[in-house]
Amino acid sequence: MSVAVTTAQEGGICRLMKHPVVQNIGWAAGGIAILAILWSIAGYLLVNDPSTKNFAKFGLVPTLKAFPELWEMGKIQNALAASGYRLGMGLLIAIVIGVPIGILMGRVKWFRDYTNSPFQFVRMISPLSWMPIAVLVFATWNGSIIFLIAIAAVWPIMFATAAGLAKVDPNWFKVARNLGARPWHILTKVIMPAISFDVFSGMRLALGVAWIVIVPAEYLGVTSGLGYSIKDARETLSYDHLTAMVVTIGIVGYFLDSILVVIINRSSWHRG
Amino acid sequence: MAIRGTEIKIQGLTHRYGSRSGVTFNRVDLVSPPGEALAIIGRSGCGKSTLLHILAGVLKPTEGKVLLNGTEITAPSPRWVMMFQAPHLFPWMTVTQNVGVGLSFGRWSKQEIAERVTEAIKLVELQEFATANVQDLSGGQQQRVALARSLVMEPELLLLDEPFSALDAFTRASLQKDVRSIAKRKGFNIVFVTHDIDEAVIMGDRAVIMAGSPGNIVHELDIDLPDPRDRHDDAVQALRTRLMATFQEAANYTKPQSATLAA
Ligand SMILES: Nc1ncnc2c1ncn2[C@@H]1O[C@H](COP(=O)(O)OP(=O)(O)OP(=O)(O)O)[C@@H](O)[C@H]1O
Ligand SMILES: [Mg+2]
Repeated sequence: MSVAVTTAQEGGICRLMKHPVVQNIGWAAGGIAILAILWSIAGYLLVNDPSTKNFAKFGLVPTLKAFPELWEMGKIQNALAASGYRLGMGLLIAIVIGVPIGILMGRVKWFRDYTNSPFQFVRMISPLSWMPIAVLVFATWNGSIIFLIAIAAVWPIMFATAAGLAKVDPNWFKVARNLGARPWHILTKVIMPAISFDVFSGMRLALGVAWIVIVPAEYLGVTSGLGYSIKDARETLSYDHLTAMVVTIGIVGYFLDSILVVIINRSSWHRG
Repeated sequence: MAIRGTEIKIQGLTHRYGSRSGVTFNRVDLVSPPGEALAIIGRSGCGKSTLLHILAGVLKPTEGKVLLNGTEITAPSPRWVMMFQAPHLFPWMTVTQNVGVGLSFGRWSKQEIAERVTEAIKLVELQEFATANVQDLSGGQQQRVALARSLVMEPELLLLDEPFSALDAFTRASLQKDVRSIAKRKGFNIVFVTHDIDEAVIMGDRAVIMAGSPGNIVHELDIDLPDPRDRHDDAVQALRTRLMATFQEAANYTKPQSATLAA
């Protein structure tokens, strides 16, 4: 803080403007402003055309007005809590399954050889196409949605872990064993720190996929969550609520992704 | 002073890297008494590093065995520790963390680890880099971290593979003396590989020369000099000349098989 203050006092407003954080905020604000302007224009066009007048609530101003309404009704909070729980559980399962299998793939050649083709094959199946099967297998809707998120998220985590391990210098294992490391130490003191960057990068990809999958997955069956809120808003013709929920999805997704970016940068030990 | 050292007995040690590669060395026999500092010198590629890896238990011999006080070495252990030819530090750790990593595998209290690590870092003169990431160190500094990481274990047997080759002459000279005096003080054995005849004479109690393909020990020379040793002393210079002569003789060594074939 003090740095910013002194530079400003030295008549360094210009210099402050050149600070990277300030510049980034500037770019972001500019980009969002352009988006808002385009949106307002579209809303204006909708209002003034008699044939689209019914959809006027899609505009920027009605949407912004919908936020406090939705918040007071607790709809945003409830939807985020429900979707957040499913997302968290799905990602947790994907991590618990994906990381150990990824380590095996990176460490054990025969395992990698056997599993590569089947995994690549299953990976290419759209997570949503598992929906009917998931509904049959799991007793609850929650269970099937969590399954869909897990199966969407497990592949990036698994393959990133395996790729990270493939880059690990075998000499590190030699050094560790030479100094008396047990397999447990090799795992916790060598493998995990060495690949944490790759694992978190995989989690970021996984989060991206899971965040996309959760909305359509919640269109069916359940009566809570972001997907449900959108479907509900559409059925009750509350288009302002609909767009507000869509914007919420964007904002929260962006926020979650940013958290992972911070974690990834912290876990990186690579130079240059 | 308690002797922590160990008698090393190498018996009929033979090694090959795979069925398709040739024999690295054939039926090597060697005994090193407790507390000895043994230098191994020889041309590049004659199997010195391989021999050291077997002594460290990270590589298995094809035939023969290595005994430490009568117990066969079959696996690595913090009791016999090797410093490799390259530092191989953990790049996500600081200097302090790298030096303490071996102790963190054992049952040491945080306090003990901290004390021993500080001492080892002081010895290699890296105090001011203690909290630096090892990627920000020069090659020679990294090599010193690797040395501290091995020394801190206080093993019965310390194996050094060309430990100081990346260092400047001053640092090298001071570390040669330091390592020898620590080993003598604590009483542990050293087996070190070097290309540097001076280093063998300054640090060793005895030098063995490996040569041939497959390699074997073809000569040995006792380095019977008082401590501390200075490379400018006449006695050191005289031994250096003798070792050099022996080494050159070994360079002309032809393996017995080819001699019989030629006959
Ligand atoms: N991993 C390996 N696989 C196959 N052959 C190897 C391997 N490592 C070394 N060799 C071969 O074994 C022989 C001995 O190698 P080693 O590294 O022990 O030699 P060195 O005496 O330490 O040489 P330098 O002085 O250059 O370090 C060499 O001919 C080398 O080509
Ligand atoms: Mg070598």
